[in-house]
Amino acid sequence: MKPVPFHYFRPSSLEEAISILKRYDGEAKLLAGGQSLIPLLNMRLARPSALVDLSGIPSLDDIKLEGQDLIIGAMVRHSSVERSPLVAERCPLLREAMSYVGHAAIRTRGTFGGSMAHADPAAELPAVAALVDASFHIIGPAGWRTVPWQGFFETYLTSCLEPTEILVEVHLPLPTRSMGSAFLEIARRHGDFALVGAAALVDLDEAGCMSEVRLALMGVGGTPWRLTAVEKSLRGHKPQIKLYQDAGAKAAVDIEPGSDVHASADYRRDLAAMLVERVLMAAASRASKTGRGEVKV
Amino acid sequence: MSISQSNSCHAIRITVNGQHYEHEVEPRLLLSDFLRHTLELTGTHVGCEHGVCGACTILLDGQPARSCLTLTVQADGHEITTVEGLATNEQELSPLQEALRTHHGLQCGYCTPGFLITASAYLRDNPSPTEEQVRAALSGNLCRCTGYQNIVAAVLDTARELHGKSSTKEM
Repeated sequence: MKPVPFHYFRPSSLEEAISILKRYDGEAKLLAGGQSLIPLLNMRLARPSALVDLSGIPSLDDIKLEGQDLIIGAMVRHSSVERSPLVAERCPLLREAMSYVGHAAIRTRGTFGGSMAHADPAAELPAVAALVDASFHIIGPAGWRTVPWQGFFETYLTSCLEPTEILVEVHLPLPTRSMGSAFLEIARRHGDFALVGAAALVDLDEAGCMSEVRLALMGVGGTPWRLTAVEKSLRGHKPQIKLYQDAGAKAAVDIEPGSDVHASADYRRDLAAMLVERVLMAAASRASKTGRGEVKV
Repeated sequence: MSISQSNSCHAIRITVNGQHYEHEVEPRLLLSDFLRHTLELTGTHVGCEHGVCGACTILLDGQPARSCLTLTVQADGHEITTVEGLATNEQELSPLQEALRTHHGLQCGYCTPGFLITASAYLRDNPSPTEEQVRAALSGNLCRCTGYQNIVAAVLDTARELHGKSSTKEM
């Protein structure tokens, strides 16, 4: 179980990287953290002729704030997101999600952009991207393009990236400071790939009603799943357990999970219903009635 | 054992356990194989080669990483610590190694280097963990022999010994 021979490049600019990708005409793969790619190489499920290592390109590993957006560079390591004071303060949801991503050793090397580009529908970060309506900034031979999350995640392990394109950064509209957030995942063992996971954002108005609700699921289809119909049915109502249970029941019918060796479709529906209930409860209880910031819908 | 060279070899400079090395390596040479076969540091073990079992865990610039999921060329210019680099010297085991021994925290020993690396880094950054926290921190290292409880006990014992206080209950 060793990789097939390949050529290795470590360019120092995006332009250089793109020209190598073009030269290899689809036979080159980008190397970010390698935590998803190298297993494929080791098992010879992927046999690229060349690897283009992005770690030599400057300014791909920044975490910054621009207005109401958190901008995370594609090469930001998971461990950097975990430790970032900016993320802890402005997007605790992301920090909570990160604690479910693999294990410490994986998070040392794995990257934000790598996880997104790998597009595993059971992964944590794509679900967070869906929850906050993130946009993806991509560069290729034809120049720059920006893709909303719905366009970025196409199906199982397939993003919209062409073989000659590079995901450069992800823009995450920040939840307002008054929003409560929650992230929960069920896996057979802590750190395993999720069977099903859920994430929620809830904002409360002065009357204590849910002025904003966002719900996303992972592991229930080919891409992260936003429960827009369920969100609509919850908005304007006061938080209460019966409401969450109904939301869970609605979610279970809304999704189209597949069956596999890890879980049947029915089991995934059960998990989805339970997780939706729990994340709603947690997010609503964490939402603050005071300190309302600008509401981004 | 020699590693056959392809037509695209890369020169790398790497520091392992404080010692500098310069070598020419194939891009596809995994760090785990470089450590074991080129440097003959066979303390790092290879279990699954897809990042799940943790036997190959080393420290890359002080942080735990899977050497089976690192290409040697990616480690160019970096510092690696393997299990061979944990003991203070050839005569003395590190406190954690000593605790693992006295708590009978290993049987076949295959997973042990990975546990030692993971736990050493964890205790360095988290001096007073609870049992639950230790179990979570070690969840990326699989053991088929011990059932984990003696490993956890050794880690907690080391934390107590090194830092004098702990918020754990007695094991």
